Amino acid sequence: MKGNEALAEAAIRCGCKCFFGYPITPQTELSAYMAKRMEKSGGVFLQAESEIAAINMVLGAASTGVRAMTSSSSPGVSLKAEGISYMAGSDLPAVIINVQRGGPGLGSIQPAQSDYFQATKAMGHGDFHVMVLAPCSVQEMVDAVTLAFDKADQYRMPVMILADGLLGQMMEPVTFPEAKTELPDKSDWAACGHKNGRKHHIINSLFLDAPLLEAKVKERYERYKQIEENETDAELYMCDGAEIVVAAYGATARVAKSAVTKARAEGIKAGLFRPKTLWPFPVKEINQACKDAKCILDVEMSMGQMIYDVKLATECRIPVEFYGRTGGVIPTPAEVYDEIKKLTGGAQ
Amino acid sequence: MAVVFDRPNSLEDVSTHFCPGCGHGIVHRLVCEVLDEMGVIGDTIAVVPVGCSVMSYNYFGCDVIQAPHGRAPAVATGAKRVNPDKVVFTYQGDGDLAAIGTAETVHSGTRGENIVIIFINNTTYGMTGGQMAPTTLPGQVTQTTPFGRNTDTAGFPIRICEMMSTLSGVALAQRVAIDSVPHIREAKKAIRKAFDNQVNKRGLSIVEVLSTCPTNWGLSPTASMDFVRDKMIPYYPLGVYKDKTADEEAAK
Repeated sequence: MKGNEALAEAAIRCGCKCFFGYPITPQTELSAYMAKRMEKSGGVFLQAESEIAAINMVLGAASTGVRAMTSSSSPGVSLKAEGISYMAGSDLPAVIINVQRGGPGLGSIQPAQSDYFQATKAMGHGDFHVMVLAPCSVQEMVDAVTLAFDKADQYRMPVMILADGLLGQMMEPVTFPEAKTELPDKSDWAACGHKNGRKHHIINSLFLDAPLLEAKVKERYERYKQIEENETDAELYMCDGAEIVVAAYGATARVAKSAVTKARAEGIKAGLFRPKTLWPFPVKEINQACKDAKCILDVEMSMGQMIYDVKLATECRIPVEFYGRTGGVIPTPAEVYDEIKKLTGGAQ
Repeated sequence: MAVVFDRPNSLEDVSTHFCPGCGHGIVHRLVCEVLDEMGVIGDTIAVVPVGCSVMSYNYFGCDVIQAPHGRAPAVATGAKRVNPDKVVFTYQGDGDLAAIGTAETVHSGTRGENIVIIFINNTTYGMTGGQMAPTTLPGQVTQTTPFGRNTDTAGFPIRICEMMSTLSGVALAQRVAIDSVPHIREAKKAIRKAFDNQVNKRGLSIVEVLSTCPTNWGLSPTASMDFVRDKMIPYYPLGVYKDKTADEEAAK
């Protein structure tokens, strides 16, 4: 199944009741799949007049307590930033998918990872985070959707799946979970009509009283702390004894894995650190992966964005080198292998 | 002694932050009287905008969602589509609805979203201190048109009901005012019709209310009512611009 379609099917099986989207390459198959399947599964599909309207429809639906989702690609996600900030400020759960393409501006329609800063550092104005998941296969996209809906509800926050055009267009065999029949109860906060049985619920991000807003934000950061403690995830591949650790996520990690495997076969002590959560960044895991490392090679489809988290997480104890392609160019295993060889001087 | 005038049940028993002479209080009351009469407050979701009426979430007795600036019709679309049996309405000012939210307004109309939009036109951005709105009258002085709105440079005021009446999905587009008792009565009837349309799944109903902003107009409350009558109504004629139900009745 195609990555974009797998994301859609997984969402429906998670009890996602509505999808609001706007056409943009390279995620169009996701909307097309939703248009075909959503109504049949008793949900709502609506093509909005803009990315902005789509995220606000998600905001409206999520406010009433249902599972809601939207998807887009880089330029479209920029337009959604306002709505995502409001949702974070209103403690609303939702799933947002970014099938990244080259940027800035209209950029290209080819795969890229140049929205890492946006997703992990600045998904909108104000003090907030969204949880960011980084799958690297079609199966992992399915698993990420399940996790995203669960964590969004558990922590009452937007969760983003940061994919890219390669993963979206890729076809792989996939196993889906059974459709969810029981969903979390949100009746203690959702705005879905009080039936004259309780005080009215207000979904709101406005707090004109400065100390009150500060308290609200601090409460949210307490939740973020729990997430940082409990929700990080990463794959460590051949990291035991690795003197060079390649750090890469998403589709780039597959390229890097091939390069690492080849290097190991040739006697170079290489390993791969692949974060599956980008926020929270897997700090413990990268330090575990790099315990024997003399060098880290950060590889991205960007000019170097995750590299700052890699340096911060390892507190710059180990030199961090960078190899990246951008604008829609995908690095090849041979390129990454050459970098590994260059940095290690080949087999010892 | 019989109580002849009381606060509607649907209106929370709190003091509002609105200025003396502001029209919001009257329109809030009309909306809540209608919700009381229809007995739907427990099944209603209000979507409030950015602007003076943002804090209506403290006044409307139903569940409330506060929308980003201009996005209330999109938020209401999301809420209504997954809750088709609930009553969903937006309450928006002119800057919110007719400037930054024009796309959301037009497209919720053309889709025929089964929601009610209460549109407060007071020709200015109230909360930010009285800047030019899309509805500011030609020649009208505001903070950002200190020499009066010059239509050569600042363009012309937008007539929303006339525009919305051209959209096939709109069931009702009616302009009312709150400058006199007969007009207030007419306004309440229009609001009732809008909510009835929603219950009867007729499509989008928009009621534009010509209202006041004494603080930013620099006028007394009574002079503000005169401004509505003498300056606003001539540019924004009151009346029904579209009424699908009445048109269908007439065609029978």
